Amino acid sequence: MSPEKGINIDPQTKASSSSNNKKVVYHTKDFNLWYGDNHALKDINLSFNEKEVTAIIGPSGCGKSTYIKSLNRMVELVPSVRTSGVISYSDKNILDKTFKVEDLRTRVGMVFQKPNPFPKSVFENVAYGPKIHGIRNKKVLNEIVERSLRGAYLWDEVKDRLNENAYGLSGGQQQRLCIARCMAIEPEVILMDEPTSALDPKSTLHIEELVQELKKEYSIIIVTHNMQQAARISDKTAFFLNGEVVEFDKTDTVFTNPADSRTEDYISGRFG
Amino acid sequence: MANNNDLNKNSKVNVREMIANNKEKNSLSNITEKLVPTLLFLITAVSILTTIGIIYTLLSEAIEFFRRVPIWEFFTSVELDPFGPDPEFGILPLINGTIISSLIAMAVAGPIGLMTAVYLSEYASEKVRRTLKPLLEVLAGIPTIVYGFFAFTFVTPILQLIIPGLSLTNILSPGLVIGVMIIPMIASLSEDAMTSVPNSMREGALALGSTKLEVALKVVIPAAFSGIISSFVLAISRAIGETMIVAIASGSSKDFTFDITESMQTMTAYIVEISSGDISTGTTMYYSLYAVAITLFVFTLIMNLLARYISRKFREEY
Amino acid sequence: MEHMNANQVQNKMSTRIRKNSIAKGLFFLSTIFGLIILVILLVRVFSQGIGWLDWNFLTGRLSTDPEKAGIMGAFLGTAWMMLVIIPVTFILGVGTAIYIELYAKKGRVQSIIQTNIANLAGVPSIVYGLLGLTIFVRLMDLGNIVLAGGLTLSLLIMPILIVSAQEALRAVPQELSEASYGMGATKWQTIKKIILPAALPGILTGSILALSRAIGETAPLTVLGIPALLIPFPEGLFDSFTALPMQIYYWTLDAVLTEEYAYLAAAAIIVLLGLMLLLNSIAIIIRNKFQQRL
Repeated sequence: MSPEKGINIDPQTKASSSSNNKKVVYHTKDFNLWYGDNHALKDINLSFNEKEVTAIIGPSGCGKSTYIKSLNRMVELVPSVRTSGVISYSDKNILDKTFKVEDLRTRVGMVFQKPNPFPKSVFENVAYGPKIHGIRNKKVLNEIVERSLRGAYLWDEVKDRLNENAYGLSGGQQQRLCIARCMAIEPEVILMDEPTSALDPKSTLHIEELVQELKKEYSIIIVTHNMQQAARISDKTAFFLNGEVVEFDKTDTVFTNPADSRTEDYISGRFG
Repeated sequence: MANNNDLNKNSKVNVREMIANNKEKNSLSNITEKLVPTLLFLITAVSILTTIGIIYTLLSEAIEFFRRVPIWEFFTSVELDPFGPDPEFGILPLINGTIISSLIAMAVAGPIGLMTAVYLSEYASEKVRRTLKPLLEVLAGIPTIVYGFFAFTFVTPILQLIIPGLSLTNILSPGLVIGVMIIPMIASLSEDAMTSVPNSMREGALALGSTKLEVALKVVIPAAFSGIISSFVLAISRAIGETMIVAIASGSSKDFTFDITESMQTMTAYIVEISSGDISTGTTMYYSLYAVAITLFVFTLIMNLLARYISRKFREEY
Repeated sequence: MEHMNANQVQNKMSTRIRKNSIAKGLFFLSTIFGLIILVILLVRVFSQGIGWLDWNFLTGRLSTDPEKAGIMGAFLGTAWMMLVIIPVTFILGVGTAIYIELYAKKGRVQSIIQTNIANLAGVPSIVYGLLGLTIFVRLMDLGNIVLAGGLTLSLLIMPILIVSAQEALRAVPQELSEASYGMGATKWQTIKKIILPAALPGILTGSILALSRAIGETAPLTVLGIPALLIPFPEGLFDSFTALPMQIYYWTLDAVLTEEYAYLAAAAIIVLLGLMLLLNSIAIIIRNKFQQRL
């Protein structure tokens, strides 16, 4: 693992160099990851721009979930994980041992595969982030909670039941609550790990529309097994296969004119 | 979508800034973060220290005892007379009493516990099982002093009607009552072992026309054998360590005898008798407590390790 | 080889089926045998003790006159001990469980600690009594006071509590802590605000059950030399005391001389069992409430 900080980013991937001068938030260089002896991610090189939606697609077990969890180092919760290479966020190598992972996760929010609200009230769920970061003023918290719930298009549905347990909400509402919870600390990036895989089509649509709105303020990286979803909502798409990035380009290009035959096979449904 | 979202534009509150400001004065939380694991480790150390404390206290005082009474004599002599003018300290009568009371207990709990386990796992419906199991657990939750009272004031008088010449204090009555007390232990652990035998094995035998009894005897019990043996060993360990029932109902005779209608003392009951008396520190009798206790400790430890070894080593792989 | 005769098979079959139903009956009898004994025990204790269980008995002092004797002293002793046991075991049990489950590196150290706890759980209670006698009563020179008794019983039930707290912590879904870490929460924040509150009902249930076990323990107290004499009511952690099970023990021994003491013992058993029943009911209520919520 290279400990150098503030490395100069040399946008080597086609996608980031062709973008219209947007700021790069994440840069991954020669990143490798092992679970014990299992080489799960191989020489990953990717860059993500701010205020864009990047979709990561690929068959199950291709490493897409592992990769997105590496971006906020949640992958470390699994014992026996080893990494090499560089993932830089705002020009700092987050894999550096001295890097404070809590700071990273404050600036990079995450929405998970299954809605995972805390067994607390709706209000406490959203206020959790601000509270652990030292915001205790009740008035400020009220404002943050309302704003975040509005941002997640959930306010109208829950404004009268802020003090009820979040487990009483429907699955789709719970997932939007989790997005609101994430927005409450105003991160710069939101990582979404198959956020709609446990939801019905209507809730999925809600979330997809929400992602389009969020894009105005946040950079979004979304892992999905649903290719239509990637095509609908993302600006760029990365296709993962067996722990490698096969293709990374504008979504249009990936879906209409892929450079690699394996991408074409996957997109046309020949495997996966 | 109905409502508009302004996110952080036009807002009075800038969360990012507030969080960044709070971060700077967050040194306290940094200290907590480092202190907590150390503190928790110290708490965890108490459990290790307890073990060390037990072994150290028993061993150091027992060594003092063996300076006064040769270790060989202690473990081979059948003479135990701590109060006499010429005290004798042979542990064999106590080991004898302990083994006999445990054997009587196992004679009750072994077959009854095992048959209970077979009934619950092979015959009872799910509903019956869920009613009976917690009720049986109540037996294990009754304080041993209550069993002691029951043995002494109820079981012994009844046994005296059946066996003329049974002493008021005898090893039979507490042995039987210990047996009742450890039934749930054998039943519950053996049943766990039996229910983990996969249904496919039962179905195979049933399809050949076997009765449930034949399935239980020829398929389930052999398959769950190590779990059953392990539950027996644990139950014996529990019976060896049982104190109040024997202390109350078996009296304090230190004779070396095999007559179960007579009073016998177990290792545990000896410790109760000697320590409740007003003995002063430093006497040989005082140190004998620790010599007996470490023998008891080693007995139960071996049993517990054995039980774990059996259930781990011979764990059936289905 | 002879061919099987259909008739023979038929006969054998009916014998086998008969054997099966006899066995079934026998197994069922075995199962309810323990319960029958339990009922006899309870009926016996209640019939002997209920007549003696009056206001005077509950609130009175110990007396040489069985008619006047009461168990207030023993009850207070047990209550004071509980005041020691509850915080001490809670801190030891939950602290150790958190360390093992959430901080200790998986491997050698963790497995040593775990094996040690399993072995401690199998140590006979009377050995804990000797530990308490040597360390608390003699070495720390506390004497046979409430604190010494409470600490001894705390160590005794500590392994039970650790194991049940570990189970409660393990039952908290991983997704909850992931969500918390994902917001930039530190490990201790996540434990304090998410994992512990979610595990609390399970931990409380386990603690109460362990406490109920502790208040019924007699053997360690006999070794500590807890008296059942006419001593003043304990008023604090540093007072001499007697406890309910000790009172039952002495009255049972005295029953040989005077029959009335057996009835007093039975009445005291009713009080002890009542107290344990109360604790167990609280544990069950907590458990059910928790199950409904999830």
